[in-house]
Amino acid sequence: MPPTVAPGPVTGRIHSWDLSTGVDGPGTRFVLFTSGCPLRCLYCANPDTWHMRDGRGAAVDEVLAEIDKYRDFLVTAGGGVTLTGGEPLLQPAFTAAVLRRCKEAGLHTALDTSGFLGARATDTLLADTDLVLLDIKSFDVPTYRKLTGGALAPTLNFATRLDGLGKRVWIRYVLVPGWTDDEEAVDGLAGFLSGLACVERVDILPFHKLGAAKYDALGIHFPLRDAPVPDRALVDRVRGQFRERGLMAH
Amino acid sequence: MTATVTAGPRTADAWRQFAGSGWRERIDVRDFIQANYTPYEGDASFLAGPTDRTRAVWEKVSALFPEERRRGVLDVDAATPSTITSHAPGYIDRDRELIVGLQTDAPLKRAIMPNGGLRMVENGLKAYGYEPDPFVTKVFDTYRKTHNAGVFDAYTPAMRAARKVGIITGLPDAYGRGRIIGDYRRVALYGTDRLTEAKRAERALLDTRPSTADVVRDREELAEQIRALGELAEMAASYGCDVNRPATTAHEAVQWLYLGFLAAVKEQNGAAMSLGRTSTFLDVYLQRDFDEGLLDERRAQELIDDFVIKLRIVRFLRTPEYDALFSGDPTWVTESIGGIGADGRPLVTRTSFRFLRTLYNLGPAPEPNLTVLWSPRLPAGFKEFCAQVSIDTSAVQYESDDLMRPRTGDDTAIACCVSAMAVGKQMQFFGARVNLAKALLYAVNGGRDEMTGDQITPEMPPLTGEYLDYDQLSAAYDRVLDWLAQTYVDALNVIHYMHDKYAYERIEMALHDHPVHRFMACGIAGLSVAVDSLSAVKHAQVKIIRDATGLAVDFHTEGDFPAYGNNDDRADAIAVELVESFMAKVRKHPTYRDAEHTQSVLTITSNVVYGHHTGNTPDGRRAGQPFAPGANPMNGRDQHGVAASALSVAKLPYEAARDGISLTTTITPEGLGHVPEERAGHLVGILDAYMSAGGFHMNVNVLDRAVLEDAMEHPEKYPELTIRVSGYAVNFVRLTREQQLDVISRTFHGSL
Repeated sequence: MPPTVAPGPVTGRIHSWDLSTGVDGPGTRFVLFTSGCPLRCLYCANPDTWHMRDGRGAAVDEVLAEIDKYRDFLVTAGGGVTLTGGEPLLQPAFTAAVLRRCKEAGLHTALDTSGFLGARATDTLLADTDLVLLDIKSFDVPTYRKLTGGALAPTLNFATRLDGLGKRVWIRYVLVPGWTDDEEAVDGLAGFLSGLACVERVDILPFHKLGAAKYDALGIHFPLRDAPVPDRALVDRVRGQFRERGLMAH
Repeated sequence: MTATVTAGPRTADAWRQFAGSGWRERIDVRDFIQANYTPYEGDASFLAGPTDRTRAVWEKVSALFPEERRRGVLDVDAATPSTITSHAPGYIDRDRELIVGLQTDAPLKRAIMPNGGLRMVENGLKAYGYEPDPFVTKVFDTYRKTHNAGVFDAYTPAMRAARKVGIITGLPDAYGRGRIIGDYRRVALYGTDRLTEAKRAERALLDTRPSTADVVRDREELAEQIRALGELAEMAASYGCDVNRPATTAHEAVQWLYLGFLAAVKEQNGAAMSLGRTSTFLDVYLQRDFDEGLLDERRAQELIDDFVIKLRIVRFLRTPEYDALFSGDPTWVTESIGGIGADGRPLVTRTSFRFLRTLYNLGPAPEPNLTVLWSPRLPAGFKEFCAQVSIDTSAVQYESDDLMRPRTGDDTAIACCVSAMAVGKQMQFFGARVNLAKALLYAVNGGRDEMTGDQITPEMPPLTGEYLDYDQLSAAYDRVLDWLAQTYVDALNVIHYMHDKYAYERIEMALHDHPVHRFMACGIAGLSVAVDSLSAVKHAQVKIIRDATGLAVDFHTEGDFPAYGNNDDRADAIAVELVESFMAKVRKHPTYRDAEHTQSVLTITSNVVYGHHTGNTPDGRRAGQPFAPGANPMNGRDQHGVAASALSVAKLPYEAARDGISLTTTITPEGLGHVPEERAGHLVGILDAYMSAGGFHMNVNVLDRAVLEDAMEHPEKYPELTIRVSGYAVNFVRLTREQQLDVISRTFHGSL
């Protein structure tokens, strides 16, 4: 008997949806951006998804109707559906319902999360999640707090829980010079991850400023507007640190 | 083809070790391929790089390109109207070339072909600083009428008016129509003696038929075909090749085939001079030579490289206006690669890979127009290689083998960009296209042109009222399209009658069966502008802004409306309906030689010029702004990524656009994935999914906008930068500035 989600029409707050390839999990994916996030990462590329109130209400049926238009395409292209945001686990019932319905439609599912609200993900929700894209912003506790406004521990706890559940996990690590390139911190994270059998790969995502225009449009300050983007050598070095620990890193 | 042919002793040697019988009895290249080819299901690791010889030949001829680019043309023979035998042999590097033959006596020296139209020749010469030859002028003004002169004798005032305002444009009424693919493989497999014999047999079948106009024309055409085969043999002999007999080795097979093609491009300045589907045919010969120990992979690749060098330097004298319309100097030497056979075996061979490999050995280039006939069932190694080539070069286009095979068979080749036809059995009358966006404005204005104010259609009541009403607009649009379809097909009938009469493709048709199946290839442009405009009227409020004469010259649109290109049926269904409706209207009108009506959704690159000639449209597009190319969604309005955009286009029914539906997609490298090694696999997935959804064609560019912007500022750094534009590829740096800006303004599907 599959566990059931809350009865009645579930609605959520969503920002938008998009189709992407090879950047939000395997293959071409329907990417649902939920609204609302408990963290305020300084490098955030999607400041327009911070507040639930800025999103629009959407019923699960409506979301699935949109996804269904791409079902065959996604299956043939070896992709699926990715929930991201914002933070999908800010709306756990909605997220669980969408994942459930995607699984019923035979689609591969991925959950892109900071793990900060990992405790809100039920085992049922995770059972409907084929892949977790876990964004670990920093492995240094003070840096994590300065960078995101939140605590690191919930994310690490979530990672350990995922390992216990045997979930497939891809780690995403945004590389910002001066913030997340500290050799010791990177090495600490690599060491931690190498102890988790669930981690299949680590994607180093070089910091970019493509979201700067959104800050302008919203009339808010982009704190890392003048921060440098990482050069090739830095990306190679950090990638190398993960690889040294036996991790598949890109 | 019913004629029977017999094998002589020389033929027995040429056909040694080949299997099968049907193709021996009749001219049937497909049967030969099916009986003899070796499918290849592996990857690209067997391929060989360029040899020093290949590099030397390519460097020698490509050293001429900068000067050619600077002057527009390198050289012209203005005094010798080109025929198959008009010019003495020419060489790039006689000692090194493996495959010989040039259009004139020197590389890149262009010939004149006045049969299509004398004005085009004269304007082309003057534009590049050459004086028209007085004798040539006298001959074609006084003694020998041209296609162009014939057409204008028979055009009606209505046709002239429609042409002048640009609601019907790009008509092949002043130059060669092209888009006819001779089955050049026949020259290699059979030799011209055998082909001539078969043509005589076809001709003999007409001897007992009453001499009606149709039969007389057929007899004369067959006589011309036979004459052209003789001229081909004569031209080949000037290069030391005896194509009277079949080819006996792979080297000869490539050479014979090329000489057949060369005869065609000496005789015709056709808008598109496509090659056909030659790689797997040639592979049979290469494989036999391998088996006999006559060559190795390096040599096999050298032969293909040398052949492709020749295909890259096909040149025609055209006017700067023509080049502006079509971007650069395209010849559409389209080669169709891959596909699946009727028996389920992939038609992919090692030589399919070798053709694609030329893009590395010689560097990227727009010609030949390499076209992969794609099916999800193609071997994985081939699919992966094609995708990698796209990522590395942006020089490949893909067309759905699964859509074409049931209709035109498994020996289908693409003419020009997206026009499918069975090689040697079908040809088309190229019909350019009509401007659907302008036609929509005519519906508003009762058939008056929005730019000139002139009444172009018979008088119709203009729409009154402050706001556009969807039902009223649809009804008026329907009336305008009825008139347009009739005027259009009628004009095409005039054009193709005259082209057959004054500029008949003798050698290309000699390499077709008789009788041939003909298509009347109509086309539509401005689809996304028309669709979005209709969607705006249906889903938002569109206020008409009129000038003092009552002409609607602008629109004010209030509210949002769904745009074509987002996989949203509210807009996409309008596109489907428009394509089907115009096809039905075209089919109502009789065609010259009972050609079968088809249409394409393709603009080539003339989307820029069509936009120039079209006023403000209700979708918010400003007067003069370019249209989107082909069946593309309007630039920037497809907002949900490549899959959504492609799925909108995939809804257009191939059955109502059998001449092809073109989608040009630009994806940034990051847009295909964070990990470079995974990108080819991702592109394979997109192509599989798009074609499985019924998509017909996809041009794939993998580019960053920044690269194109840099290339505009520093063209000298990017001599080879190739991009797919609309069914073909161009050198980016050869586009006009306006075309470059258009390309840069298009949607780049990236990732954030």
